Amino acid sequence: MQTRNSSGLLQFCSHLEDRPGLNILDFAGANQSTITFLTNNYHRLYSQDLLLQLDESFGDGDFYLNQSDPHRMADFLEKSFSFPDKQFDAALVWDTLQFLSSPLLETVMQRLWRVMRPGSCLLAVFHAEEHANNLPCYSYRIVDQKTIGLLPKGMRKPARTFNNRGLEKLFQDFESVKFFLTRDHLREVIVRR
Amino acid sequence: MSTFPSRPVEVPVETSRGNAVLGKSVIVKGQIFSREDLTIDGEVEGNVELQEHRLTVGPNGKVMASIKAREIVIIGTVHGNVEASDKIDIRKDAKLVGDIRTARIVIEDGAYFKGNIDIVKTPAANANANAKPQQPQVVAAKPPATAPTSSMAAGAAESSR
Repeated sequence: MQTRNSSGLLQFCSHLEDRPGLNILDFAGANQSTITFLTNNYHRLYSQDLLLQLDESFGDGDFYLNQSDPHRMADFLEKSFSFPDKQFDAALVWDTLQFLSSPLLETVMQRLWRVMRPGSCLLAVFHAEEHANNLPCYSYRIVDQKTIGLLPKGMRKPARTFNNRGLEKLFQDFESVKFFLTRDHLREVIVRR
Repeated sequence: MSTFPSRPVEVPVETSRGNAVLGKSVIVKGQIFSREDLTIDGEVEGNVELQEHRLTVGPNGKVMASIKAREIVIIGTVHGNVEASDKIDIRKDAKLVGDIRTARIVIEDGAYFKGNIDIVKTPAANANANAKPQQPQVVAAKPPATAPTSSMAAGAAESSR
């Protein structure tokens, strides 16, 4: 497993500090490291592997063409976003948004906005290469408050890549977007609802 | 293959060293209460309760039920909420869809889980924590990797609306 220092994660964790009992959404799938870190800080965690759910819902055939099928979309949203409004105080979205095409991406962003509380915090990761055909995928996990663990999960074609302007547009309904400039291929974003 | 109606059933089906076993060709629909450790390697639909004992869902086990036990080990598949007063152990290749409520949890890489995790600090768990302050409440399945850490963060830019 690779590890990397993360200013985005540090900021995310500072949002959780001294506020035990927060509800946190994690789209990386369950892993011991993240569970241990968050529950040792007395938070509750909802864990789901969103990429795996995407594969189950859209993976047979053209992955991105299938994402525009209304029936598949409805099934995916039912399985992945059946939460009450304003349920979560924080969300770890990691790099999943890059693998959603329109109109599913816009629908997921609306659902994310709905299920997060005002003032809540979201951490997302985007690959910086703007014209990459395939991106390395990882299973993301929290090692400590400033270190992310990355377990490689092969390569995956993105629906699209985002520059800063694209990210601002993506999170336009949220209160603020903060970019963390890094020296490697990953761009971290902290978003306030 | 044995099929039981929807009413409480007497376990064990087989017993070995105080551990009741529901074999892989057994299907139970209803409620199971056990006063000894139980291994389910067949299919169960309903409720399973072993308050002071350990439940193991074996590699062939498929449980569509809510589960309460002292300790729960999942190697097969569970759809339902699980509650363990001591520990839940989700092994590689296991599948659990449902909410977890427990004092401690161990999850191996490769296991599939979807649901809430709520760690309950029981008096026993707190006593253990006080006795061994270095030991986390949640037991780590594997120690964190010690691969070289790359230094990345160079700055930040923020936009607010």
